[in-house]
Amino acid sequence: MRGETASAGAAVAEQPEHAGPVVEFENVSIGFDGKQVLEDVSFTVERGQTLIILGPTGSGKSVLLKLANGLLKPDSGSIRIFGHEITAMPEREIFELRAHIGMVFQESALFDSLTVEDNVAYRLHEEHVSEDESHKRVVEALEFVELGHAIDKFPSELSGGMRRRVSIARAIISGPDLILYDSPTGGLDPITSTTIIELVMKQRDVSHTTSLLVTQRLQDAFVLATHRYDAKQGMRPIAKDGPDRGVDPGTKFLILNDSRVIFNGSTEELVHSEDPWIKGFLA
Amino acid sequence: MQDYSVLCGAALADLFTPPLYWSDIFTQMDSIGVGSMPIILLTGFFTGCVLALQSVTALKQFGAVSMTGTLVALSMVKELGPVLTGLMVSGRNAAGMASELGSMKVTEQLDAMRALGTDPIRKLVTPRLAATVFMLFFLTIIADAVGIAGGALVATNLLGLNATMYLHTSYQSLKYGDVVQGLVKPLFSGFIIATVGCYFGMKTTGGTQGVGKATTQAVVVSSVFIIIVDFLVSRLMIGIFGR
Repeated sequence: MRGETASAGAAVAEQPEHAGPVVEFENVSIGFDGKQVLEDVSFTVERGQTLIILGPTGSGKSVLLKLANGLLKPDSGSIRIFGHEITAMPEREIFELRAHIGMVFQESALFDSLTVEDNVAYRLHEEHVSEDESHKRVVEALEFVELGHAIDKFPSELSGGMRRRVSIARAIISGPDLILYDSPTGGLDPITSTTIIELVMKQRDVSHTTSLLVTQRLQDAFVLATHRYDAKQGMRPIAKDGPDRGVDPGTKFLILNDSRVIFNGSTEELVHSEDPWIKGFLA
Repeated sequence: MQDYSVLCGAALADLFTPPLYWSDIFTQMDSIGVGSMPIILLTGFFTGCVLALQSVTALKQFGAVSMTGTLVALSMVKELGPVLTGLMVSGRNAAGMASELGSMKVTEQLDAMRALGTDPIRKLVTPRLAATVFMLFFLTIIADAVGIAGGALVATNLLGLNATMYLHTSYQSLKYGDVVQGLVKPLFSGFIIATVGCYFGMKTTGGTQGVGKATTQAVVVSSVFIIIVDFLVSRLMIGIFGR
């Protein structure tokens, strides 16, 4: 699949029983106004994996997510999503590819002029799904994020945490094969953050959706790596004496610093890293 | 200039390919057309009034007070109606478009729209372009009409002219070329208002301060463009129709 560009929109729309990695970055670099934001970034995310992207402010985490969704074009390097090379893909074909990608933005990015229902159903309306079907799926998505009662409200009437949950509902309504979370707990209080992380975990463990999650909150990252969602008991820690030895094997970490990837590996590799910068970062 | 040209080209091309967001076009028509009606009525009416009042002083010197209707009608239809309507709508709507789209840009709503598979140019710019061009055409006709009516009111009540005479000379003075000239200009002005307003909105950076800056730039640039294009269209029309 390497170097292969989706040649037709229909092929992109049909997507994606692609056998290889869902996300592949290869030597990706991008800069703005002469400042290098990402340099020579390479990594892959396999189907069903969750990649947690950590790093200090300004290290290019959000830029990386926008690159993965084709919202930005890299200066050099190759990005393949579901095996499709998106750096050379026309915007019209990327729109079709995005039908399989959900994205949760840092500040929710809900449309102010639309109600919660219309925000969540936005993609369905664009796909001309019938009103009844659309309403049914919106109710399901809002119940998933426990916001069924807010269906008629406008974004301005919601708290920060509620807006973030609506944003998650909007991202998952079409059952995407890849979800990109850009700091879903940023600016929220610890209790609300835990609620959001539980939703991310629920999506991971119930739907097994591949995801990239950017966060600056280490505790959120480690909760995700060491807990599982259970339909009956909710969020619970993974048994340390079990086969997975207390960590979710599908959750990996990527750390960015000074525009570069300085760590890419599992939770165990991260906590046992001897790198002094990483030790300081985790401390 | 390159980015602006690309935006204009894409917005125009989207008019001729599906999907076309008709509900957004009608919403914008209501906002731009109906919403601008009060300022257009007031501006047109009082421009006609003051034009009659001022011109009579000069016409008196030549014993041509009876030509007041001709002067007001020609001025309103060929020049003041289209230009003032363009400038007033620019002040109201180019600013509105720049601030609305600018706010969407800085809060990542434009990125969210793209992420949800919608082209922001097709969804936001094309409906505004179609609605502004269409509605500005009719707003200009309304401004012309109320301007001539305002001139008639002043001419008959303050200057003692005969109303029938005023309206007759107004009607007689307008030739086909004058009307075409007056109605071609709003098509260009509408295009300028929508594309400049949307361009500065979609290029906004720097948070709320950037939104304010984009709004100011949109009004200034669109107003200057309208006046420059007005001159060019006038020259072209005079070349075609000879008046």
